[in-house]
Parts: sequence; C-alpha cells; structure tokens
Amino acid sequence: MVPLSFCGHDLVPLPDGAVFWPARRALLVADLHLEKASWFARSGQMLPPYDSLKTLEDLEGVIDAAGAREIWCLGDSFHDREGCDRLPADARSLLESLTARTQWTWITGNHDPGFSATCGAAVVEEAEVDGLLLRHEADPRETRPELSGHFHPKLRVRLRGRGVSRRCYVASERKIILPAFGALTGGLDAQSRAILRAMGGPAAALVPTRDRLLRFPLAA
Amino acid sequence: MTARAAGQPAPDLPPVIADWFAGRGWRLRRHQAEMIAAARGGRDALLVASTGAGKTLAGFLASIADLIETPQEGLHTLYVSPLKALAVDVQRNLMEPIQEMGLDIRVETRTGDTPSDRKARQRARPPHMLLTTPESLSLLLSYPEAETMFASLKTIIVDEIHAFAPTKRGDLLALAMARLQRLAPGLRRAALTATVRDPDGFRGWLSPDGDFEAVALVRGEPGARPDIRILLPEDRVPWSGHSGRYAARQVMEEIEAHKLTLVFCNTRSLAELIFQDLWSENENALPIGVHHGSLSREARRKVEGAMARGDLRGLVATASLDLGVDWGDVDLVIQMGAPKGSSRLLQRIGRANHRLDEASEAVIVPGNRFEYLEARAALDAVEEGELDEDLWRPGALDVLAQHIMALACAAPFDADDLYAEIRTAAPYATLPRETFDRVLHFIESGGYALRAYDKYKRITQGKDGLWRISHPRYAKQHRLNAGIIVDAPVLDVRFRNGRKLGTVEEYFASTLTPGDTFFFSGLSLEVEGIKDADLFVKATAKPARIPTYVGARMPLSTNLANRVRRFLHEREEWRRFPPDVREWLRIQDERSVLPQPDQLLVETFPREGRYYMVAYSFEGWNAHQSLGMLITRRMETMGLSPIGFVSNDYAIACYSLKPVEDPRPLFSPDILEDELVEWIQTSHLLKRAFREVAVIGGLIERHVPGKRKTGRQVTFSTDLIYDVLRKYEPDHMLLSAAWEDAKGRLTDIGRLADLLDRAPRTMVHRALDRISPLAVPVLVLIGREKVAMGTADDELLIEAESLAEEAMRLN
Repeated sequence: MVPLSFCGHDLVPLPDGAVFWPARRALLVADLHLEKASWFARSGQMLPPYDSLKTLEDLEGVIDAAGAREIWCLGDSFHDREGCDRLPADARSLLESLTARTQWTWITGNHDPGFSATCGAAVVEEAEVDGLLLRHEADPRETRPELSGHFHPKLRVRLRGRGVSRRCYVASERKIILPAFGALTGGLDAQSRAILRAMGGPAAALVPTRDRLLRFPLAA
Repeated sequence: MTARAAGQPAPDLPPVIADWFAGRGWRLRRHQAEMIAAARGGRDALLVASTGAGKTLAGFLASIADLIETPQEGLHTLYVSPLKALAVDVQRNLMEPIQEMGLDIRVETRTGDTPSDRKARQRARPPHMLLTTPESLSLLLSYPEAETMFASLKTIIVDEIHAFAPTKRGDLLALAMARLQRLAPGLRRAALTATVRDPDGFRGWLSPDGDFEAVALVRGEPGARPDIRILLPEDRVPWSGHSGRYAARQVMEEIEAHKLTLVFCNTRSLAELIFQDLWSENENALPIGVHHGSLSREARRKVEGAMARGDLRGLVATASLDLGVDWGDVDLVIQMGAPKGSSRLLQRIGRANHRLDEASEAVIVPGNRFEYLEARAALDAVEEGELDEDLWRPGALDVLAQHIMALACAAPFDADDLYAEIRTAAPYATLPRETFDRVLHFIESGGYALRAYDKYKRITQGKDGLWRISHPRYAKQHRLNAGIIVDAPVLDVRFRNGRKLGTVEEYFASTLTPGDTFFFSGLSLEVEGIKDADLFVKATAKPARIPTYVGARMPLSTNLANRVRRFLHEREEWRRFPPDVREWLRIQDERSVLPQPDQLLVETFPREGRYYMVAYSFEGWNAHQSLGMLITRRMETMGLSPIGFVSNDYAIACYSLKPVEDPRPLFSPDILEDELVEWIQTSHLLKRAFREVAVIGGLIERHVPGKRKTGRQVTFSTDLIYDVLRKYEPDHMLLSAAWEDAKGRLTDIGRLADLLDRAPRTMVHRALDRISPLAVPVLVLIGREKVAMGTADDELLIEAESLAEEAMRLN
C-alpha cells in the first residue's frame, strides 16, 4: 500500500477502489450503484439480485482491513433514488450494521439526488473535510483540492498483443477521481475526453498493485 | 437442380407436372418418386443425397402435386434452411417450374432481411409456400396470429439438416416443429441432408415422437466418384505451416486451367493471406475474389453477384460458402491445408459440378507433413465411404428459455401441456420436469433462489392456471432480442471516408495500436485509430500482421485421427507417401519411436536451455488447448517452471525451465477434477459462454431500439454479472447452461477425458538428447502463441509503466 501525497495530505488509493485517509481513519468510495440489478429487473432484465450484497460485503472487507471509522460515499451510492427502499433484507441489515458502527456520510449524485436514507447516516450534497472537497462530479473550475467519482474511470493497457483493463484512479495536482466501487458498474476509458475535461489539466491514471502505485500519464 | 434422363416411371403425378417433366425431356428420379410416395402415404421422410441430385425439387414436388390436386388458401408448406441466402436461392429455383407449369402457387421468403410491412402482410395473408430460417420461424411463432396462420400447414421441409441439427439452431427448430405439430396436427415433416454417417440419428431428430423407423429413409443415387488429388509442388511437403501457402504458384496455375475454382481455407485470417499470395502470383490479372463471414454484407453480395454472373475465375472462401447455394458453375474445389474431416471434405467437393454423372474435381494442398498424412487419410476415408461422427447433445436450456418466452408472447399456455409438447422435440425428449420448471422460473423472474423480483414478473400464472406475459412490452422486447447467434463484440473496419470494409472482433482490435498493419478484405491495412465502434484504417504497402479471430476451431475428426495414427505405425502404407515424408517417418523411428495406434507417445528433450515435452495425442486443437492450460498449471504446482505451450491438431508441446523427468503424473485423470474446474471457471472461456447464454436466454437485452447493432450493445458487462452470480448462486440455470457450452463446444472435454483415461496404460515415454523429427511441426509454432500465468496481468501493467517511463525520460 503506497501513500500518495495530495495537497499536504497522505492518502492511500487501495487496489480495491477505495481511498484510505490514515490521518482521519476515513475511507472514501464512489459510485456503489446499489440496487442497480433490481432497477433493471423492473424493465424485464432480471440481473442477479445480489449486487448490493456483493458490493457491501466487499466494502465491509475494506473497512475492516483498513480499520476505518469514518466512511464517505461520493455519490451514486444507489442506482436510483428509490434504491435504498428496495434493498433486500440481508443487504439492508449489513448496511445498517455498517452505518451504525462507523461515522457514515452519503453524498448525493446524479443517480440518487435527494434520496431519503432509510438505512441510516447523514445525506449531504457535498462536504469539505480538513480542506479537501468531497463531491460527486468534478468541477473543472474548482480551485480547492477535490475528490470525486461519477466517471467510473478504467485503464486499458496493451502490450505484446495482450490487453489488460482495470478500474483506476485519475489524479492531478489538485483533483482525484475515484473508480466505481459497485459490483455491476461498468467503466469509462481514462483517456476519454469527458474525464480529461473534468480534470482541467495534466493528469495521470493511477493503478495500485500490492506494493506499488503505477502511474500512467494521460494525454491532455 | 433437376436431374436428367434415366429416371423412374412417374407415380400418379398430376398431368401438369408429368407434362412439364416430359417437356424438358426429363423423368422423375427414383428418390424424387420415393419422396412423393412417402408424402402420399402420409409419412415423414429423410432424403440423404449428395449435392447436385435434384434434392430441393424432390422435397417440394409432393407439395406442388398436393396443391394442384387439393387447392387451398393459406400456408401449405414451410421450408426452413440454415441460410437466408439459401432461402432466396431456392425461391428462385422453385419459381421457375411453378411458372412454367402455369400454377397459381404463391412462394415467398421471410428472413431477417424481409421488410416489416411484408412480414405483417405475410401474417395476415400467408403465401402457399413460405421459405424461412429457424430464427424467423421462431419469431413467427411469437405472434398471436401463429395459431390461424399455421392451422392450414401440411408440410415442413428442412434443408441441409446435417449442417445444424446438432446445434443450438437445431434445438430452436426442433422446438418450433413441436409447436407447429400442435397447431397443425396433420403436419408432415420432410428433411434433406448431405450424406451423413448416422441417418438414423437424423431420422430420430426429425421424428415427432422419437420413433425413427416411422420416418421413411430415401437415398439419392450415388454420384460419380469425386476425383481428388493431393497437390505437392516438386513432390515436397514442408516441415511446418498449416496453410499450403508455399503452393500459391501451383494453385494459381490450377485456377488458370479451370473455369471457376473455389479455394477453401479453414480460417478467415488464412483466407486473407491466401488471397494475398494468389494475387501476387496472378500474372494474367484474372478476376479473383475473397469471401468470408467478417466481410461486410455489401462486400459479400458483390462477390456472390460476380460469381453468379460468371465474372470470377477464382474465389477464396471459408465455411461461409460451405452450404449449397448455387452461385456459379464451379469446376474445381481446392482445399488449402488440412481437410479436418471426411464429411466436410465431401461437402466442400460437392460444390464443384452439380451434375451427378460427372466426377467433381478437387485438390488438397497439405500445409505440413502431418497434414499430408491427414489429407491422405481423408482421401482413403472418402474412397471407403467412411464419414465423420455426428455429435448429438441434449438441447440447450438458454434456447428452451427463448422458445418458451416466444410462445408466451403468442398466447397463454398451460405448463403441463407445454412440458409434454417440448418433450416431443428430440433434443428435449428426456428433459426432467424439474429442469423445465427451473427454466419457467427463470423466464418469470430470473430464476433466483431469493424471490427478489416477484413484483416484476415477466410472465404470471392466472387464476385459470394459464401463464401469460404480464405486459405487452415484454413481447416487443422478446422479438427485438430473439436469435441464436450471439456475435462476439466487433468493431467496424472503415476508411476515413466512412466506407465500411467489414468487422473484426474487439479482442483482436484491442491488440492493435496506430501504425500496426493487418490483412483484411484482400488489402493490407494500417491502423489509424479506434473511435467508439470504428477501427479506422488506410491502405498500405507495408507487410501486414495476421488478423486473429478468437474462438473454437473445427478440430480434426476422430476417424481421420485414427487413420493418421495407423499410417505412423504401418510401414507398408509409407510406399504411397512422397520421399521426404517417408524419410521423416524413418528417422523418427530410428531416433525415437513411432507409436502404435493405441499408444500415447511422449518425448522429452532439452533445447537451448529449455526443456521440452511433446505429447502426440491426436485429439484435435480444442482439446489440446485445454490440455495445455491444465498441464502447464500442474507443472507450475510441481515446481517445473513452465514457460508456455503450443499445440496443433496432432500434438501438444510444453516448455519449461526444469526438465519433466516423468510425464505420467501430468497426464493423470484427476487433472480433470482438480485443475480443469478451476481453470474453466476462471478462464475467459466460461465468461464467453455465459455472455452467449445470457443473451439467448433473455437475461439481458442485446438490442437497444434505434442504436447500432454491434456486439458492444449488450448493455452490461456480462463478466461482472457472471462474477456476482457465481459467488451467490452457483447453481443458477444460466451457469449450468454456460458450463455445458464451455465443456462441450469450446474445450472438447469428452475427447480430453478419453485421452487422460487411457494415458496411464498407453503412455510410452522417450527421453531424447535432442528434438525428434515428429516434434518439428508443432515446435515451430512457438513464438506465435503466448501463455500467461499467475499474476501476469500485474506484471504486464508494471512493464507497460516502465516502458512509458523510459520513453518519456528526457535526459
């Protein structure tokens, strides 16, 4: 686990797709998209109804491994604003236990604007924590240090006829975009114009492996 | 398509048909008469005949006669063929006699290309004869009008049944026939097939109740024996290669000496290469073309048109031209590389010369010495009339799900009745009720143990006990998504001006970077860039890489494999072989050993600091690829540091940093329990299979209305769905279906299991000090294929980063 120095703070981008902030023992995750499967089931595509459970179990694993006390979800935590009400019993009780034993904050996104958190925890539109701005979608005009989600960045690398595609972080001097954490979330190429535009300047894709933090400069 | 002279006295045919035959100076052929007799006796019938035997007319004559004697309104005969083009071709050939007889019989086609207004009219006012494909028929059955439309149906004719009965499309058709039989209880079934090894298997498939003897077996007259040669330039066979590219000059000479030559290649990429090679030998600038399934439809139509008009002298083709569409007067068929099976070779040869009394002319160009043996084996097999095995398998569950949904869209159904109906379809004859209920539950709400989606059911059971769709939008959704062929995600290959050349698989495109070159559509192309679903290219004079198409290959058939094994061992056969093949075998015998037909020879030897192990197992490429993955895994566990493996149809070679002292533990049958399950589950194979069953079964949509139809449009990553499902519901119906596919079609587990079962008893191990002659053809493949193991993904990323860093360094 390799820390990244970001505007005076040490942050650890974890291979699982969450950022650990040791100073606050805080964990930042983006785009859980809980209940995405049941959202599609309503229109006849019966995706496996286990995506929320999988996502939350994965998250629980990261929380416990890191010893996090504080959780920040950077928006699109639910696939739609009614998602929270559709959680199946097992996922709901897991989420309730997590929100009860940590200090949990939901930041809303474009998928879940104004949802009512029936599973506990506070809901805010954005937050500023120790000088770091946490929000769902990066604002290219923002001058303060900012962490966000929304784009689901993914890196594709080709070498010697083989290709690898991985969830990745996109980082610049003052901005970090987190990958999507949800079990059924797809990805957008980190090179894509939308991401580069949101970064507003030179940026790199970051891929943490077990003991290194790989850095791939992105064409501006 | 009709046969000349030497026929049978006509049975009591209506005078107008008899007169038409007489007017042409033709007589009814025996098999045509027997097909009519079967029809008049109300019997189902299977006609087995080689191409060019008046087969199609034999199928239709009884229907024409019946329509003359008992005119009726509405649909009388349904003709189903595996190819849209074949349906169109048959319509053309059928209209001619019907018009010449002056009959008022309406014949129409219905395929994916038929405009929707005509489709609607066909449902309201069907023609007498409708020519269609299994997929289009299945769609017809999803409309409420199906019940009235098919009530008058008397006959269904299934063409080229050998090409698809044992596949998923065959499953779909078998299910459709079961439904038709219910809508029209008097329905009679007739099928036409090329020569097959197991006609009774096909009779059983065709039968509405599994009683194969009730299906009349009609055999066409045997044609003249084909005249097949093996082409060996200067009587030499190369050590390696698998394409016969070295013989381009001689192949071009054959084209020059014939009117129209079909050059068959086993893969699309090979077709592209061969076309290049021929073009550079084409000094007289003869018109030659290339035709394969990845070319755009316009490009294919253009070539087919040129062929039909007689404008072409040679056409390089793949299996896309295997089936019997008459596009021209072919007088020579050339098979580049190994024929793989005797039935396939015969069917391809049948494309030359559609007259029975003249021998079809064919040439095989073996690519290496093993392929020479295989070509010789195929010739012997054809000579002796030995055909390949037909591989029957139980009906696929994803297809069943699609079919049941189609029926639900048409009308409410009773589950017990439907279950009984489905069991009359041969592939589903032994379907357990419990499995049927699982499929039903899957259609209803996804089939999950956790009944999470009960409020979103797609079909619901009413108070009357009948199941019906819960909203009309599900019918619309079904019709947009139905279909059996799920293409791998593809990119369009385009010039900057937007002109589309065809498609390549996304997988292949992902290996390309701007500046890379590849052969496609007969051109050498340079990649300019990839944008969305387009791969932009420009023509280039640079040499090109080969396009790669992923997927299972047609493996060497068991009967040819057995013949090749016998050749190795029986020296008296060698007299027939060219000197360099004889020498190759003789030195092998001296330096190592030539295995007996039932032995598994394994050789080990060092070479340039690596250790090699070569097994001559003859189980075909698909089984060998799986075996390679399994063995290298086990070598890794045993600390032998494997580096990779390569395989062809005949042998597999593994190479490692440490020597294999005893190969026995590597070939023990428990490898199938330990490594196989783990490998299949984690490899892309199962994910690929899952994607297919998820689309066919209707779990996810493939088409979003108004969007372009590319494989990309599957809205979700089926890989992610697979991971979630495997973790939380490993017994889910779709996972079982994907597992069946991966096991059978993609990895040839059956052949692999047989091999490993025999290995302990039959293995002969030779430790050599250097490479043996037999090992050369497979070892030269090293360097062309790569294997990745363990944490290779991470390593690739780390390497990519350091390369980028090195390149960007300014000092």
